[in-house]
Amino acid sequence: MTAPLVSVGPERLLAALETVRDPELDEPITSLGFVASCTVSADGDAEVRLRLPTYFCAPNFAYLMVADAYDAVSVLPGVRRTSVVLQDHFASDVINDGVAAQAGFVQSFDGEAVSELHDLRANFLRKAVMAGTDQVCRPLLAAGKDPAALLAMTLGEVPPSRALTRLRDRRAELGLPAGDSAPLIIDPVSGAAVSADALPLHLRKAKLTRVSIEANSGICRGMLRHRYDTPGQGETTLSQESQEEDR
Amino acid sequence: MYEHNGEKYFIVDSHMHYWNAAPDNWVPGAEQYAKGWIECFHAYQGLGPPETHWSIEHFQKYSEDDLMKDVFEDGHVDVAIFQPTNLKEWYKEGFNTTERNNEMGKKHPGKFIYNTNFDPRDSDAGLEELRRNVEKYNCKGVKLYTAEWNNGSRGYKLSDPGAYRYLEAAQNLGIKNIHVHKGPTIWPLDKDAFDVSDIDHCATDFPELNFIIEHVGLPRIEDFCFMATQEPNVYAGLSVVIGGLMYARPNFFNKVMGELAFWVGEDKMTFGSDYGIWEPKWQVEGFVNWEMPDREEFADFPRIGVAGKKKILGLNAAKLYDIEVPAEFQLPASAGTPGAHEVLGEPVAGA
Repeated sequence: MTAPLVSVGPERLLAALETVRDPELDEPITSLGFVASCTVSADGDAEVRLRLPTYFCAPNFAYLMVADAYDAVSVLPGVRRTSVVLQDHFASDVINDGVAAQAGFVQSFDGEAVSELHDLRANFLRKAVMAGTDQVCRPLLAAGKDPAALLAMTLGEVPPSRALTRLRDRRAELGLPAGDSAPLIIDPVSGAAVSADALPLHLRKAKLTRVSIEANSGICRGMLRHRYDTPGQGETTLSQESQEEDR
Repeated sequence: MYEHNGEKYFIVDSHMHYWNAAPDNWVPGAEQYAKGWIECFHAYQGLGPPETHWSIEHFQKYSEDDLMKDVFEDGHVDVAIFQPTNLKEWYKEGFNTTERNNEMGKKHPGKFIYNTNFDPRDSDAGLEELRRNVEKYNCKGVKLYTAEWNNGSRGYKLSDPGAYRYLEAAQNLGIKNIHVHKGPTIWPLDKDAFDVSDIDHCATDFPELNFIIEHVGLPRIEDFCFMATQEPNVYAGLSVVIGGLMYARPNFFNKVMGELAFWVGEDKMTFGSDYGIWEPKWQVEGFVNWEMPDREEFADFPRIGVAGKKKILGLNAAKLYDIEVPAEFQLPASAGTPGAHEVLGEPVAGA
């Protein structure tokens, strides 16, 4: 048995896992505290253990996180074999075996699912785009920008921020325009421009979607802390109020 | 009854339980699910104030005396509505059945209202049981848990033809209120189990029924709000919003309440403690004391004042269940703050 040419350390593993998000909460599984452990042997055998806030977290989202973690880790140079284990979940065995066998969701949940999870993922990316629209627009409005003026703005005209980068990334992932010349405000389904008449409601919906996702994230973090009293790998322990001010 | 600053609040706890989730009630072979379910509930309790936390043993099985003290003696509640959850695949006698609730509650006349439940996958036998329960317990409402496992099925949608058959039957039996609780599983599993669009269809097709969406559709508050704005017979059950956010995440609580006040309005929200997850005392007192902070980020939310709190804590549910409310607790007809319907009119209604 030959040793791998490149050695991979736990930091690289963790960095790879930072690219994996909870599709509902639109946050990395690392900062949420979902990574119980991640190790890699000298021979390049990587093992990742994931944990979720409850025994009954939705199995489709759980599957996506395990599968995405597998994909993110297994492509790292120097990783020879990858094992991702979801622990303490009602569907752990089905999900772990299905991902290990690269079987896909339908085959893993034989008879219980009719299609893969692309539509589900896209639906939640659209919610992330709506929430991101509020994150980017709110500071502009607070700085005195007229709501109607937002319609004329392009992404390139918005001052750089983490929120803007995130919005662009999510739009790009959906195949929506994300370049400098793309309008700041678009319909997250069609990518079309939003009319002046529809703008107030669009912004209200964007805000509501953000509130919803953030409230869910707050509940999930609280439940996880009750379930496991040790922090996850790469978990960011933000204080409850700074978490939202921080975004 | 709760009195604060000279204001008297009539309290209806519209969503509470009397369960047995102790190991003696676990179905052999399904112990991991029974254990997982009650541990998940227990984690929710962890979101309340530390001095209100119970040991897991106490949480699995609390007594009749505990309930009467926590809910009525200490908890300010005037009338409590039992919401059953069967889960008979995991709990031998069921988790919290109409029978068990009635067995306890009948010793305390006037304190409880008994809702029953149904599962559209139970075909004709289930319809017969629904009829028996409604007659025996004088039910005006049902609690539906769409993620319940039943003979290999992991859940259903309320827009399924089988569900419509049950809704029709329930309406014919005199049921007025349909409480819906979404959970993490459904068929097919690749769909979002928390999606509330099935209720949108039902609410349109059964205009005589009221649909109270428990936990305000959490984790899909946004979908719930868009739907509730368009359907006059859809209500927001606040269990979990107050219990899960008010103490643990006060700033999110402000925002969620603000959004609900805007989209749904204070006339269509009902308080539920979700006891034994959380005791009502701190929730009632905390909510009466709560005020939206006077900050820029909350500026465009309607404010919920004393009148709104009276409606949410009891008067709205009293209307839904024809509960007699003494005159000292009543409000003038026009009291309160309108929600989005009145403020935005057509644009929101057409959303």
